[in-house]
Amino acid sequence: MTEVKSPEVPAPPAAVPDELTEEPGRWGRIRPFLPLAALAVAVILPYSTLHLPGIFEGALNSPGTLQLLAVCLVFGGLAAGYDLLFGRTGMLSFGHALYFAAGVYGTDILITRAGLPLWQAAPLAIVGGTILAGLLGAVALRTIGIAFAMVTLAFAQVGAILVARDFGGLTGGEEGLPLDVAGLPDGLVGVANTVNLYWLALAYLVVVVFVVHRVSGSPTGRVLAGLRDDERRIGVLGLDPYRFKLVAFTLAGGLASAGGVVYCLIVGGASPHITSSELTLSLLVMVVLGGPGTRWGPVLGGILYMYLDHRLVSFGTSDAVNALPAFLSRPLSQPLFVLGTVFILAVYFFPGGLASLAPRLALLRDSLRPGSRRQG
Amino acid sequence: MDAIILLTLTGLGLAALYFLVASGLSLVFGLADVLNFAHGLFLGVGAYATWWAAGNLPGAGPDGLGFVVAVAFGVAAGTLMAVLVELVLIRPLYSRTIEQVLVTVGLSLAGVALLQATWGADARPFPRPAWTREVTSIFGAQVPNGGLLLIVAATLVLGAILAFLRWTRYGLIIRAGVENREMVTALGIDVRKAFTLVFAIGGAAAALAGALGSVYFGTVSPQQGGSLLIFAFIVVVIGGMGSVVGSAYAAVAVGLLQQFVNYYGTSGLGDICVVALLAVVLLLRPQGIAGKAVTA
Repeated sequence: MTEVKSPEVPAPPAAVPDELTEEPGRWGRIRPFLPLAALAVAVILPYSTLHLPGIFEGALNSPGTLQLLAVCLVFGGLAAGYDLLFGRTGMLSFGHALYFAAGVYGTDILITRAGLPLWQAAPLAIVGGTILAGLLGAVALRTIGIAFAMVTLAFAQVGAILVARDFGGLTGGEEGLPLDVAGLPDGLVGVANTVNLYWLALAYLVVVVFVVHRVSGSPTGRVLAGLRDDERRIGVLGLDPYRFKLVAFTLAGGLASAGGVVYCLIVGGASPHITSSELTLSLLVMVVLGGPGTRWGPVLGGILYMYLDHRLVSFGTSDAVNALPAFLSRPLSQPLFVLGTVFILAVYFFPGGLASLAPRLALLRDSLRPGSRRQG
Repeated sequence: MDAIILLTLTGLGLAALYFLVASGLSLVFGLADVLNFAHGLFLGVGAYATWWAAGNLPGAGPDGLGFVVAVAFGVAAGTLMAVLVELVLIRPLYSRTIEQVLVTVGLSLAGVALLQATWGADARPFPRPAWTREVTSIFGAQVPNGGLLLIVAATLVLGAILAFLRWTRYGLIIRAGVENREMVTALGIDVRKAFTLVFAIGGAAAALAGALGSVYFGTVSPQQGGSLLIFAFIVVVIGGMGSVVGSAYAAVAVGLLQQFVNYYGTSGLGDICVVALLAVVLLLRPQGIAGKAVTA
């Protein structure tokens, strides 16, 4: 068998010719290092005793502030994982809370009820949540579009009912299940060790961002983007949309369960409200506010949303708001009212979310600066 | 035997509640492709408006004719709310399905929070006519009158919607629009007026469900709509999106299944059976019982 080989054609140079590349400004040169700088700041932040009145209640390294930051970081990671479904693959799942709750309740039950140590319980919970996502995804993905959203919503509702009705006395029902600290390593127990939980949450966020970044940059990620834009075309190209979507769904479910494990450790237990569909809806809000399909948008959206959700409560009861007339001060005391309204406005006026603000502002700045880009 | 009759009738009462919420959802989804998460808000608005009217509106009260006036006020408030939502929020995003879903999600979050801010998060006792607290004896079963009221109301609404779809010009446009919206537009009919109308019908039915459901439960709370909404979604998907009759069948199936399993099995098992039914229907017949066609 002879094989006809075409002569090696040298590939065209990948580099853009010098005259076409824009001279990177000082800002452009710094930009790629910004995430690393942010990470470095986040890592050393617990050593700071800085007081930021109005932004945080205590000093930066006080346990209360660190716990709030840790919750924010976990939700930043969760939003990034959810974006793998919504922003990058175009799947509108209303059941993401289920896999997060699987991680939270899985860890809690294995440690508190079964008496396992953390190093066994955490991997088991993550593997269990991933398998659950794979199985339910295999059923739910037989439908598409809105029906898919409904089926995932219904599955998550079953999870919420199972937890709330307390079948078998495992979940503690409406009261939730406090975590038994006997199964935990000493470094994660007690108020003084909140800083370790903070670093754990930061590590989770870094892992999720890394995984999502690697997946979306891989050939699989390009297929997922293709599914988002035109599913039929992917099918015509001979690829199986079902299989790729199942991979994305399972991966996102696994990431959510891992987040659940970390969250369970941070708040020291599980409560039934994390199984509700509102949690999934708030993930959706985070992603859309941050900017779906972008690298940092969902992370920022998640962190900001959780921060506002916590801080708006004290803002709503502050003197400045109480001084307003009742028809203003009462709605403002509800964080969800403020966030929901901001969300609606964002859908209309900032479809790209926070991530699109920088290019928009740059555009505005350029048009205001006379003579900067007039040669074209 | 008593237990079976009682369970059947209370199951039908639940089914009536689901149907009132699901019929509007189904029409809105069938015609305008809007998955309306704010539908639970219309229910809440209807319930709170009725509650407010019974205490404050002159001529309205918790009893007799005054109660009818109060419910009418609640339904009017729900309808107005639905029409405003359609005109102000949904219409600018016409044919952008995901954004419409997002807006209704935001609206449901903000709206429920607003209800909570105004009237508090706790359930409030609902003013209801004395006779709705009593029971009627039917073949030896003591059936609560509130449930019977729901069944009667839902049957009337079903009849009214079907008659409207069957015998009026706008009903014809809606039926045609559910079948093929582009064709209706191509014939020179402004289908957006039909959208507003469908939202109004859905809002009115949901507000009625809110008012009568609160009579049935005896209390009113901001979260009431949200918990009903998930089962209403399930009813819509099982019944087939866009079909009012399908919603009615599915509501009866879901209501009865839930009541009987919850009674004879463990509490909560009925809810899970409903989801199992949804999974089975979707796997065997993804378009639902009645498919995407309004049959009148």
